Amino acid sequence: MNTALPWYILLVPLIASVVILVLTRPWPTLSSYLSVAAVLISFGCSCALFASTANHSLQIPWLNFRPQLAVPIAFTLDQLSKTMLIVVTGVGALIHIYSLGYMGSDAGKPRYFASLSLFMFAMIGIVLANNFVMMFIFWELVGVCSYLLIGHWYERDSAAAAANKAFITNRIGDFGFILGILMVWTASGSVIFTEIAAAIGKLAANPTFLTAAALLVFCGAVGKSAQFPLHVWLPDAMEGPTPISALIHAATMVAAGVYMLVRVGFLIQASPVALNVITWIGTITAVMAALIATQQDDIKRILAYSTLSQLGYMVMAVGLASGEAAMFHLFAHAFFKALLFLGAGSIIFMLHHEQNIWKMGGLAGRMAITFLTFAVGTLALIGCPPFSGFWSKDAILALAYERNVVVFALALFTAFLTAFYMLRLMTVVFFGKPRGDHARTGFESPWVMLVPLIVLAIPAAAAGFGFAAKNFLPIPAESHNGIVVSAMATGAMLLGSLVAILLYRGRESDPVNIPALRRKLYIDAFYNWLIRHTQDALAALTAFFDRWIVDVGGVRGVASGTWSAGALLRLFQVGNLQAYAFLFGLGIVGLLYFTVFR
Amino acid sequence: MLLFLILCPIVAAIVILAGAPARITAMCAATIELLAVIVLLVLFVGSSRNFEFVSSLPINSDWRLNFTLGVDGLSLLMVMLTALVLFAAIWFAGTIANRPNAFYACLLLIAAGALGAFLSLDLFFFYAFHELALIPTFLLIGIWGSGNRYAAAWKITIYLATGSFILLLGLILLYRSVPEAARTLDIRGLQTAARAGAIASGAQNNIFILLLIGFGILISLFPFHSWAPEAYASAPAPAAMLHAGVLKKFGLYGLLRVALPLLPDGAQHWSTLLIVLLLGNIIYVGLVTIAQKRLDWLLGYSSVMHMGYVFLGLAATNVIGTAGAAILMFAHGLSIALLFGIAGEVRRRTGTLVLGELGGLAKVMPFAGLVFGIATFAAIGLPGFANFSAEIMVFFGAFSRGADMQRFHMFQIATLLALWGVVISAVYMLRAYRAVFMGPLRATIAQSPLATPIPRLPVVLLVGFSLWVGFFPQRFVKLVAPSLKPAATLAQK
Repeated sequence: MNTALPWYILLVPLIASVVILVLTRPWPTLSSYLSVAAVLISFGCSCALFASTANHSLQIPWLNFRPQLAVPIAFTLDQLSKTMLIVVTGVGALIHIYSLGYMGSDAGKPRYFASLSLFMFAMIGIVLANNFVMMFIFWELVGVCSYLLIGHWYERDSAAAAANKAFITNRIGDFGFILGILMVWTASGSVIFTEIAAAIGKLAANPTFLTAAALLVFCGAVGKSAQFPLHVWLPDAMEGPTPISALIHAATMVAAGVYMLVRVGFLIQASPVALNVITWIGTITAVMAALIATQQDDIKRILAYSTLSQLGYMVMAVGLASGEAAMFHLFAHAFFKALLFLGAGSIIFMLHHEQNIWKMGGLAGRMAITFLTFAVGTLALIGCPPFSGFWSKDAILALAYERNVVVFALALFTAFLTAFYMLRLMTVVFFGKPRGDHARTGFESPWVMLVPLIVLAIPAAAAGFGFAAKNFLPIPAESHNGIVVSAMATGAMLLGSLVAILLYRGRESDPVNIPALRRKLYIDAFYNWLIRHTQDALAALTAFFDRWIVDVGGVRGVASGTWSAGALLRLFQVGNLQAYAFLFGLGIVGLLYFTVFR
Repeated sequence: MLLFLILCPIVAAIVILAGAPARITAMCAATIELLAVIVLLVLFVGSSRNFEFVSSLPINSDWRLNFTLGVDGLSLLMVMLTALVLFAAIWFAGTIANRPNAFYACLLLIAAGALGAFLSLDLFFFYAFHELALIPTFLLIGIWGSGNRYAAAWKITIYLATGSFILLLGLILLYRSVPEAARTLDIRGLQTAARAGAIASGAQNNIFILLLIGFGILISLFPFHSWAPEAYASAPAPAAMLHAGVLKKFGLYGLLRVALPLLPDGAQHWSTLLIVLLLGNIIYVGLVTIAQKRLDWLLGYSSVMHMGYVFLGLAATNVIGTAGAAILMFAHGLSIALLFGIAGEVRRRTGTLVLGELGGLAKVMPFAGLVFGIATFAAIGLPGFANFSAEIMVFFGAFSRGADMQRFHMFQIATLLALWGVVISAVYMLRAYRAVFMGPLRATIAQSPLATPIPRLPVVLLVGFSLWVGFFPQRFVKLVAPSLKPAATLAQK
């Protein structure tokens, strides 16, 4: 039983997905319940696995070219993966249930739930992987599920564009990832994490090589966890249904990059240069995304930039060589950010898919449960003590304070910005006068959507307390600068909140207008320009060359030369069987002649 | 047994030409063929590197010419591919208005030629069967094609005929390079001679380049690729499925079966050139593909591009790389057949394949959208499909060749660029998928009449096999690796 348990967790969602696709597509309700049942089974098994002490399981060889290369499908069962499983399947289960309400009348419901179950399968695979190739397999699979779900409303051009952008941007990251895997493999002779860790000395023999390999592996995380400069896909991914934004683009998949980095911490921590680069990428992402978030008007985009910023914190923690702090924040973030997105979904659902915060207003009274749970999520996100985000962010800030003061200052600034944009959102959405028709007449969402909100609010509030978290994670030790850092962080948080409330209270439109931030610092525009002037220009050029030089100049030249020979022309009329037979018979006769008669 | 596999489609073609109901007969023949291949797969032992089911019919003892058939893991994989794609192509062919009997007979003859080439152990018949398969290909384009079909048929004729002649020259030189006493056209005999070092190194270089160019033209190796997109765009969908899916693999099969094991020094000597050319396939043709504005041209170029990955596996010459190349041939055959099949259905429904004129088709053709999506992701190497398992082997094989920790050498740089090709292929395939199936539905399409439903059985078969290889590649590695070991060990020495 115990050795097969991880297999059940992994395979049950896959089976549900296949069954929906092949059999139950005509029955939307049945399909959705199947999907929910599958994730509940996975969650139950994950809890059982967490309680058990099993640390090995059945494995099968996927590829085997011993001694050069062996790729098994096998699992890593340790504290890290078991906790991550609980988070993934637990949050996943709540979002499945929420989707029953949110996607209740959607025409593509079976497709939605089939993709969702497929996503659970892939995400669980990442968590359980014990080697690089298996991780890469599931890594790509979550990418395609993300593509399918972003593009769920495929008739919308913007959704189709966002889906493509997400997949291709991730592919660029994966280009580096697989190259890094190949480098690690050539040096260590293995793709299995434990074996590479044992052979890390071989890699460290050439520090440049090790740094290159570590940074290339990090490229995968840059794509998946949407770090600068590959962050552009995540805000656009908000084109997908909101439960998807909560599950895939906030709580789990985008955190997979951080999880992977923690999993291969032995590799990254062997290279100080790589650690430094990672710290800075995380810091830049955290500050940049928080800045952009202060000037967005779409409720989901604000949350998306907030996700980027928080992922930046986690990557920063990885770069500061503390996997524990990164995982702690990942763990807390999964709960409060899923909660915030589901709350936003509840608002959007009520307002008939209105996402502009300036068309909302005064919702606190109308949607009391949504408001209260959203407030819990906000307090956790901005790091208000004693909510979960306070503890986890504090751990990262304390780390930065000790190791890199510049990074610490920027992280503190980000904390200020976080409080600012979240309180801006709260003030505009929930207080003041309603500014749209739907905002005046809307009513609270159905219970199937509210219960997940309430359930998520509990860990979002409480998951940070040491005694609660310690049962799940090896949380970082208290720093001796704890009080100073906590005081500064809380100060930044209060300042940000205060500025936002004073600035936005009772406003009908945004008093601040910074075009650079509204236009996302022009990064998307720059990329579009770059693609048009490099890739597409090059493609057009080569296509022209291929058409008119290689083909017409070369081949048609030869062809027309033959053509003008005239005598052959009548022989080889197209469709003339004899001519073809002759032409190729000639070859066979030639072969016979040379082999036999010479 | 093997003779039956070759004769079955030939007999069916004759019966159809004699006037039997074309579609029914062809479907029966394709089904029988597929069942027979499954029986062969079950009976195949595959533990040693020897050929099984060998049967030899002496044609003329003075000429040392024998009609010898035999099967090993590699050829079995190709035979499976042929049977699957033939089955799908016949199913997708549907009703043909103009001379249906000749159309179906041509399809069957292509398959018969391909099967004969894959099963022959004698170079003469290996070559002759491939020529046999080319003739109906030209007819299919010339008679039933679309667009500028005469020009396309002419181009492919001249191109492939040139390729065949260069190949022929290479094969003749190969035959004559062995000392008089050991001369034979039998592949096994030649292998024994090669292992004994009978083929001088200088001769190997000359012969290998001829075989590389000859086979290369047939496979659309850069810069000899320009026949392929135009031919596939003009060809009726089933012909494109069979040629791109199966017949084009003859050249790759030839390189794996003849050139690499018999001419290891030649392969070594020309490896730089091969790397340059295959990068032309991957990067240059990949960029050309991005700029395409018609779905059929785009698919044609994409199939040219993907040949670059098979070449990369071949160039690696180690077991991982060549096994990847062999399995990639199989994988690519399945996915490209599906893509061309669905593209044909789209054309039948909408009357166009210009990307700018399509859009939102998933709404009116949901099954086509699903299948095309699956095939798209298979083609761009999504894990779970055969293409991924094969490509990852190719990358591991190529990257490890001559690798050290000091710097990147030729094979590492080639792998790096080939990996960038994976990004390129995602760009153009997803753009195409979006242009055809996503976005708002065009009014002109919404009003067009409903087409006949897309056949499900062949789709299930092709996707099923792709998933099987994708999930359990080790089973197929075990199948092909013994046949590749001689090639790999000789070339690596």
